[in-house]
Amino acid sequence: MWAGQLLNLHRIAPELHLVVAGIVVMILDPFIGPTRKRWLGWVAFVGALLALLSVHVAYDSRGPAYDNLISTDMFSVFVHAVVIFAAALAILGSLDYLEREGIQRGEYYALILFATAGMGILAGANELVTAFIGLEMSSISTYVLVGFRRRSTESNEASMKYFLLGSFATAFFLYGIAMVYGATGTTYLDKVQAMLEGSGTVPALAMLGLGLIFVGLGFKVVIAPFQVYGPDVYQGAPTPVTALLSSAPKVATFALMLRVFYVSFGMVSEFWFWVIWISAVLTMFIGNLAALVQTNVKRMLAYSSIAHAGYILVAFAASTTLGVAAVLFYLAAYVLMKVGAFLIVTHLGQRGETRLEIQDYAGLGSKEPVVAACFSLFLLSLLGLPATAGFLGKFFAFQSALDSHSTHGTAIIWLVVIAAINSVIGAYYYLRVMVSMYFAEPTEDYVPSSVAPALGFAIFVAAAGTLYLGLLPAQVLEFARTAADSLPLH
Amino acid sequence: MGGQPLLLTVITFLPLLSVVALLLLRSDDHLWIRRIALAASLAEFAVSLLLLRGFDASNAAYQFTEYHHWIGEAIHYHLGVDGISLFLVLLTTFLTPLAILCSWESIHTNVKGFFVSLLVIETAMIGVFLSLDLFLFFVFWELTLIPMYFMIGIWGHGRRIYAAVKFILYTMFGSILMLVAILWLYGLSGTFDLDGIQQYLTVTPLPHTTELLLFGAFFLAFAIKVPLFPLHTWLPDAHTEAPTAGSVILAGVMLKLGTYGILRFCVPLFPSGAAEMAPLVGVLAIIGIVYGALVATVQTDLKRLVAYTSVSHLGLVILGIFAFQATAIQGAIYQMLNHGVSTGALFLSVGMLYDRRHTHEIKEFGGLATPMPVLMSFFLFVALSSLALPPLNGFIGEFLILVGTFLDHHVWASLAASAAVLSAIYLLWAYQRVALGEVTVEKNRTLPDASKRERIILVTVSLAILFMGIASPLFTSRMEASVSNVVTRVRASVNMPQSAIGRETPSASFVKAILAREQQ
Repeated sequence: MWAGQLLNLHRIAPELHLVVAGIVVMILDPFIGPTRKRWLGWVAFVGALLALLSVHVAYDSRGPAYDNLISTDMFSVFVHAVVIFAAALAILGSLDYLEREGIQRGEYYALILFATAGMGILAGANELVTAFIGLEMSSISTYVLVGFRRRSTESNEASMKYFLLGSFATAFFLYGIAMVYGATGTTYLDKVQAMLEGSGTVPALAMLGLGLIFVGLGFKVVIAPFQVYGPDVYQGAPTPVTALLSSAPKVATFALMLRVFYVSFGMVSEFWFWVIWISAVLTMFIGNLAALVQTNVKRMLAYSSIAHAGYILVAFAASTTLGVAAVLFYLAAYVLMKVGAFLIVTHLGQRGETRLEIQDYAGLGSKEPVVAACFSLFLLSLLGLPATAGFLGKFFAFQSALDSHSTHGTAIIWLVVIAAINSVIGAYYYLRVMVSMYFAEPTEDYVPSSVAPALGFAIFVAAAGTLYLGLLPAQVLEFARTAADSLPLH
Repeated sequence: MGGQPLLLTVITFLPLLSVVALLLLRSDDHLWIRRIALAASLAEFAVSLLLLRGFDASNAAYQFTEYHHWIGEAIHYHLGVDGISLFLVLLTTFLTPLAILCSWESIHTNVKGFFVSLLVIETAMIGVFLSLDLFLFFVFWELTLIPMYFMIGIWGHGRRIYAAVKFILYTMFGSILMLVAILWLYGLSGTFDLDGIQQYLTVTPLPHTTELLLFGAFFLAFAIKVPLFPLHTWLPDAHTEAPTAGSVILAGVMLKLGTYGILRFCVPLFPSGAAEMAPLVGVLAIIGIVYGALVATVQTDLKRLVAYTSVSHLGLVILGIFAFQATAIQGAIYQMLNHGVSTGALFLSVGMLYDRRHTHEIKEFGGLATPMPVLMSFFLFVALSSLALPPLNGFIGEFLILVGTFLDHHVWASLAASAAVLSAIYLLWAYQRVALGEVTVEKNRTLPDASKRERIILVTVSLAILFMGIASPLFTSRMEASVSNVVTRVRASVNMPQSAIGRETPSASFVKAILAREQQ
C-alpha cells in the first residue's frame, strides 16, 4: 500500500514541486525585507525549473495515480512541460516588472506556482471533480494575479470581471459534471467512455452535461461566444500576468477539453463537431476583426489570442489522433510566441504601463533594433510566416483538419478555407505594429530603458524556441504524436 | 549530378551566409557593407555560372538534385534544376549585383538593413526556383515577402507604407489558399514531393471539381504575383514607391515567381483544369496586354509607366504558357528572362534620373539628351529592347510566343500582336518627352551625365540585351527538353493532338518554315 502511494507521488512530481516551492516562498516571505523580495522570484523560478525537470520523473513512472483520479500519460507529460515552461518564462518576466511598478511581493510568485500546479492537475485529470479542483486552483490564483496592480483601477476592474464571470463559468462546468454523473453514474472520464459505448446510445442528459462543460471550459480558453470578457481582463492585468494568462491556462484547459470530448464523448464526435465548427468560425472572425481596429497593443494581442484559439479549434474539430497531435503542437508554438510577445510589451510598457499604443512604438526599429527584431519575429510567427513556429502550428492544424474530410465531408474543408482567409485578415494588424516600429518616424523624444537581464533572457528563450520549432520541429512533433497516441480515444 | 553534389545548396544559401558577414560589420561602416554585399553577389553570380557547365541540355529531368529528410516522413529538402528554372536562377544572380550597384549612393539610411534585405530576397527567390518539395517551395515563397515589404516600406518613396501593406496583403491572400491546396494534395498523395505528387496524379486522375478547385487555388496565388489582369492593382503602387533596387528585383525576378509557378505547378499538376480554364486565362491575358499598354501610355509618372508595361508584357508570357505549345512556352520562358533584363534596365535608368532630380514626373524632364547624351542613349537602347525591336532580346521572346500561340489560336495571337505596336507607342513617346527637344526645365541643363558606376551598370545590361538577342539558341536549346516534356504531358492527359506542327494547316507549314530557318 505504501509503496503504491509513493509510486503515485512520482506521477504527480511536477505538482508536488510547484506546490512545495509555492509554500516555501510563502514561508520565506515574512523573513525577507521589502527591498529584497526579488529573491523570492528567483526561489520561485528555481522551483519552476525543478518542476520542469521533475516532468521527467513523471515521464519515467507513467501510469494512473491516486485511484485513477489522475492519469499520468504521455499526453499529460507533454502538457505539463508546456505549462510549466510558460510559467517559468512568466516568472522571469515578472522580476523587474514588479520592481518597476513597485508591487514586488512574495505572494505573487507563490500564486503563479499554485496556479501552475492547478493547471498540471487539469492536464492529468482523469476524473471530472479532480479536474474541477485543478480548474479552481488555477482560476482563483489568477483572479488575484490579475488584480495585482492594486492601485490601478483597470487592474481592479479586470480582476473583478474575471472573478465574477469566471465563477459563473465554473458553476456551469460543475453543473455539467453533475449531469454527466446523473446520466452515466460516474465522473471518471474513461468510465464515462466505457459506459456510453456499452449502452450504445448517449442519453440527452449526458449531452446537456457535455454542453455545460463546453460552456465552462470554453470560457477559460476564451472562445466564442464566451470571449467577451477576455480583452478587458488581458488588458487590465499586469502584463507578465497577461503573458501567463493567455498561455498556460489555455493549454491546460484545452488539454482537459481534449480528454472530455475525445475520450469520454468521442462516440458522439459528429454531434460536437458542429458545436466546435461554429465556435471556431465565430472565434476566428470575432478575434481577427476586432483586432483590426485596436490601437492598444495589449488589447490587440488579446484579440489575437482569441483568433488563435479559433485556429486551435480547427485542429480540434478533426476529432482524430492527428488532430490531437496538431492541437498539442499548436499549443507549444502558441505559448512560445504569445509569451514572447507579451514579455516584449512588458518591457516596452515602461513604468505604469503607459506606453501601450501602437504609435508609441514608432521608430523602435532604429532605437532598439534587437527588441524590435524579436517582436517582429513573434508577430510574424503569430501571423504564420514560414520558418517560424506559428506557421507550422497552422500548417499541422490545417493538415489534420483536411485529413479528416472523409468523416466530416466538405464542412471541414470550408473550415480550413475560412481559417486561411482569417490568417490573412490577421496579417494586417500584426503588420501594423511592424509598420509603426520600422516605417514610422518617432513622434516624440523618448529614450527607451535597457532591457532587464532576466526579462531579456526570457525573451531570448522564447525567440529561440519560436525559430527552433519553425525550422526543426521534428522532435517536438514526434513528442506531440506519441502524446496523442497515449490518449485512449474512442 | 557529377562532382558538384552541393552546388544548389551553395547557390541558394550563399547570399544568406553573406548576410551573417554583413551583420558582423558595424552599422555605420557603409563602404564595407556595400563592398561585401557586392562581392558576395558577384561571387554568387560566378558560382551560379557553374550550373551551365554541368547542365545536360538533352536531359529533361531535374539535375544537380539534392534530397534529404527534413520534417517527419513527408517533408524533404529537395532541390533540383531543369531547363525551366536554370536561366531564371541565372537571371536572379545577374540582377542582384546590379541592384546593389544602383543603390550604392542612393541609400543612406540603415544601409546595413537594406543590403541584408536584398540578399535575403535573393536566397528566397533562388530557393523558390530550385525547390522540388511543395513545403520547401512554400517556405521560400513566403520568405520573399517580408524583406520586400521592408524594402518598400523603409526605403521607398511617397506612399510607401500604403504600397508595402497592399503588396504583402495581396500576395498573402493568394498564397494562403495555395497552402490549403498543397495540404489537400498531401492528403491525397501522402507526399509533398513534386515528383511523387506528379506520379500520383498521373495514376489517379482527380475528380473534375477537385481538379478545378486545386488549379484555381494555385493559379490565384501565382496570378496575383504575376500579376494577371484584374489582380494587378498592387503592382503600380509597389513598383512606383519602391526604391530602384526594389523595383529592379520586383519587376526583374519576383513577378517571374508567378509565371514560373504556373509553368512548374499549375499546368503540369492539373493539366485538364488548365486546359479547361485556358480560354478564360487567355482572354484575361489579352485584356492585360492591351489594358496595361494603354494605361502605360497615359501615365505622367515615368516609373509608373514602366510599371504598367510589366502588366502588358507578363500578360504575353501567360498567353504563351496557356497556348500549350513547346514553341510558345519556350518563348514565354525567354520572355521572362528578357522582361527581367529589359524592365530591370528601364527601372535602373529611371532610378538614375530620380537620383538626379528626385522626381519621376515626365513633365519635369524634356530634352535630357542634351545634358546627358550617354545616359539617354542607353535609355533609348533599353526601351528599344523592351518594345521588341529585332535583333534585340525582346523580339525573340515575343516572336516565339506569338508564333506558338498562332498555331491553335489565331485570334489570340493577332490581338496579342497589338502589344508590339502599343509598346512602341508608349516607350518611344516617353523617350521623346524625356530626352528629345529643347531642355524645358532650367535645372536640367546642368545635370551630370552617367557616372563611371552608372556606365558599368548600363553597359552590362546592354551587353546582356544584345547577347540575348543574338545568341538566343544558346538559351532555348537548354530549355527544349524540359519544355517539350511538360507540353507532351499536358497534351497527352487532355487528349490534345501532340503537336499542331504535325497537322498540315497553312499556318502550321508557315510556322514550320520559319522555325526551320531559325534553326539554321
